[in-house]
Amino acid sequence: MPGSFCCRALTTNESDPMEHTSDIPVLEVKDLAISYQTRKQLVPAVRGVNFTVRQGQTVGVVGESGCGKSTIAFGILDFLGSNGKVVGGSIKFMGKEMVGTPRAELRKIRGNNISMVYQDPMQALNPSLTIGTQLTEVLTAHTDIGEKEAWGRCIAMLERVYMPDAANVMNRYVHMISGGQQQRVVIAMALLNNPSLLIMDEPTTALDVTVEAAVLDLVEDLKKDFNTGIIFITHNLGVVARVSDRLCVMYAGEMVEQGPIENLFANPAHPYTRGLLCCVPRLGDSLSNNRLWSIQGRVPDPAERDLDACIFAPRCDWRIEGRSLEDKSLTANCTSQHPELLAISEDHWSRCFLGRETLKVPYDDYSRGQKDSVIQMAEGDDDFSAMDTLLNIQNMKLYYPEQNPSLRAILGLEKKSHVKAVDDISLKVLKGTTLGIVGESGCGKSTLVKGIIGLEALTGGKVELMGIDLNQPAQKRDLSLIRELQMVFQNPDSTLNPSYSVGAQIARPIHKFKTVPKRKVRQEVERLLKSVKLASYYYDRYPRQLSGGEKQRIGIARALASRPSLVICDEPVSALDVSVAAAVLNLLNEIKEDMGSTMIFIAHDLSVVRFISDLVAVMYLGEIVEFGPVSAIYPPPYHPYSEALLSSVPIPDPTDKRQSIILSGDVPSPTNRPSGCCFHTRCPRRSVLPDNGKICEQEKPKFQRLPNGHKILCHIPADKLTELAMERGDERMMLHTG
Amino acid sequence: MPETVETKNLKKTKKTQIKEMFTILLSSKIAMVGLFIVLFWVFVALFAPLLTPYTPNEQDWKAPNQGPSAEHILGTDELGRDLWTRLIYGARVVLVVLPVSENISLPGGTAIWGVLVALIIGATLGLIGGYKGGWLDELVMRLLDAMMAIPVILLYLIIVVAIGASAVNVVIAISIVGVPGIARLVRSLTLDIKTREYIRAAETRGESAWFIMFVEILPNTRGPIIIDAMLRIGYAIFAMGTLGFLGLGMPPPSPDWGSMVAKGRAFILTGNPYAALWPSLAIASLVVGLNLLADGIREESMRYQ
Repeated sequence: MPGSFCCRALTTNESDPMEHTSDIPVLEVKDLAISYQTRKQLVPAVRGVNFTVRQGQTVGVVGESGCGKSTIAFGILDFLGSNGKVVGGSIKFMGKEMVGTPRAELRKIRGNNISMVYQDPMQALNPSLTIGTQLTEVLTAHTDIGEKEAWGRCIAMLERVYMPDAANVMNRYVHMISGGQQQRVVIAMALLNNPSLLIMDEPTTALDVTVEAAVLDLVEDLKKDFNTGIIFITHNLGVVARVSDRLCVMYAGEMVEQGPIENLFANPAHPYTRGLLCCVPRLGDSLSNNRLWSIQGRVPDPAERDLDACIFAPRCDWRIEGRSLEDKSLTANCTSQHPELLAISEDHWSRCFLGRETLKVPYDDYSRGQKDSVIQMAEGDDDFSAMDTLLNIQNMKLYYPEQNPSLRAILGLEKKSHVKAVDDISLKVLKGTTLGIVGESGCGKSTLVKGIIGLEALTGGKVELMGIDLNQPAQKRDLSLIRELQMVFQNPDSTLNPSYSVGAQIARPIHKFKTVPKRKVRQEVERLLKSVKLASYYYDRYPRQLSGGEKQRIGIARALASRPSLVICDEPVSALDVSVAAAVLNLLNEIKEDMGSTMIFIAHDLSVVRFISDLVAVMYLGEIVEFGPVSAIYPPPYHPYSEALLSSVPIPDPTDKRQSIILSGDVPSPTNRPSGCCFHTRCPRRSVLPDNGKICEQEKPKFQRLPNGHKILCHIPADKLTELAMERGDERMMLHTG
Repeated sequence: MPETVETKNLKKTKKTQIKEMFTILLSSKIAMVGLFIVLFWVFVALFAPLLTPYTPNEQDWKAPNQGPSAEHILGTDELGRDLWTRLIYGARVVLVVLPVSENISLPGGTAIWGVLVALIIGATLGLIGGYKGGWLDELVMRLLDAMMAIPVILLYLIIVVAIGASAVNVVIAISIVGVPGIARLVRSLTLDIKTREYIRAAETRGESAWFIMFVEILPNTRGPIIIDAMLRIGYAIFAMGTLGFLGLGMPPPSPDWGSMVAKGRAFILTGNPYAALWPSLAIASLVVGLNLLADGIREESMRYQ
């Protein structure tokens, strides 16, 4: 949106008070080692970390969960808690050694010069104080600025982070602004005392893609304006590629690779970095890929790490399989010696005995499987009438009554208002295909699924499974109907009951639906375990002994136990680390091909949906705005909302400096839906229509039917939409899919 | 290669789980002190007949109101009954045996039965309230709130006076008084657990509400419930002492700690405090022991998580 970019002109070029010291790096970390005291022993959490942050430089720290990224941040801030401490190395801030400095002195340094932005803005802000109070406190506590002046400076800072209506936001409470705005407040708060170092710990992980794109743009701008050194911690390579100048890759508490971002993405040397880069599905991949690269095993727990070997050796396929390594003797020391950082090129190091050897193999060459067949739609068959419909949703509506605490409402004098979570959706799920449903949080995609599976009663419309009416809640449905519909859930930590063994939990649906005779249940469970690539000894294990990916596999096995005809996956990989998520996606694809199951796959990640689906529905505010086969959704023409979503997806390629479309404003409340087209309040494209898109406000658009069953809910003609997308330079999607 | 790590993890079976529990216990000094005190009382109660040559009601007319001596290590009461014997037989009623009538007695002490019954009723009510919600929850919780509004001692007195003083009635009183607290605890745990996805999975599997409440939810509430139950046994012992002191406990002449204190009270100023001292110490040590044990376990299991 124009509003977001024009502000850059307003930024002032303050003279930097630290100019004379600019050759001293803001932060210099050398051989940092941090350990935690546990009941049994001192467990090393982080070791061998070296990096330097200069002014105006962003250093990305990337790695999977449990790799010690946040521990480094807490180490720098001395927030390690009662049982953690820095056991070695040095942290120099502006040339001053921090390790060993008394706490009181550290506090002064931190308060004035180092700020931190956390992942969840809801937890970083105090819900019972106004935003103004919280912001001004930063200034009045650390400096002797008066209340009034502080207030003014805070408003200026909020404007600087592109907060709309900044003066009024100061008087609001945290719950009154949206998640993206909350994160802006946190960033503004962090910048108020003009810190030399800003540590951002997964600042966009909790945000939707379109909001994330806006926050990342903001971080880029701020770096230029404030000349601050930034440490940007994230697990997302796409995000880090977008904002960082340098990248540090962490694995199991060690820094395994470090270098300038372009260099590192172009020539990743460490096998772990290569694995990370290969295991995320990308928008540019060929649609016929059906396997992702995944790293075997999992990140070892801190207490299980072998300190005298390469920490990655147990998972490294260069060591295990040799790959195309000419000199196999290079891997001889992997399990007996701890590798040091080796120079790959100038300013680029990798902690691997292979050093430059790995560069001889192009990193995107990892073999990936091919789909047996890409679902092809018959020409001219736009209603898919040639294919069997498994699930037919007609005009489904699902409203939640809104609690209205006023006396008039209780007496029944006021009209009841409803949250229209799902409004008039019609969809067909074709047998043997996977339907992907994408949309940002709050768009109603989970509610749609709850309606289908019977966890919520429908307000209107009809859902039919193979011609049988599904309008009853799950507990009243016939058992034979229940077993046809099963679900895989999002959160691996709560998908399994911690009190029962894995075997018992998979066996329960088998007993309940009597899919096999009683004495064969154990056999059946083992067969299911095998189908999700787990050994039969998992039968007796308890959920807390499993990793996230394993738990998710058990969840899939449990869903498959009743041999359902339709499996609904509600964001099954969004809570998993990338390497684990890749394995689970591969598994789902295999199950789909081996068993011919039909799936509904819900996700907010467009690249994941593209990878796994045959048909895609894009949802916004309880409605489907675009629908079609995956080959038609990803190249233009797009619905303006889909286009914004697609342009916001962070691409793990630092050379790709495209501008994402930033949507203005917030998602409107589903209680008070906008008139006409539900997207008109935020649509960046409506200005191409006459009268600045007056028709969008007045008239509800109808689906434009395009070839191959592609449907777009928009007033703008499809040809014009294609033209607009091409104008923006979005040719990338055409490469493999067009 | 990751298989080696996998198999190593696999060996963490139930045995190591129990071992882990013991390390928790052993690493907390507080819990160890508590455990020692509680085990002492359980031991003497279990083996009471072997630990004393007397029976609790045997009277030694020649030696009433005596201090500790070689024959009576803790002294005697006003009727010349051996205090040590009465003390450990008193512990039996609290911790080991529930006399239902003269001929029938159940294993498990009065305090333990009281808490157990309270647990069963309270957990059921809490589960129903928490899982079902709505008007049923409102009704149950408001009724329990009303009960909680009455002072505990008063409630005990009302119940025991209404149904008479006997071991079984003390159990009934303890359970009635315990129900509201347990129901509240279980309800709050249920409210949290019912949002988990495995409950959604059970619902989409078409499981009945009873199955979800008792098979899916209840086992996951056990940690807090066990700690709460330990504390509650302590309160129950306290309550038994109070009732006994007021003459509403076990009917005489059965050895009841509370009534022993009440009888011995009259002789404190005449220079024989022992008859009142020992049972008071017994009650105090057992209650403190249970509290220490519960606190130690709770603290230790929270740490390092």
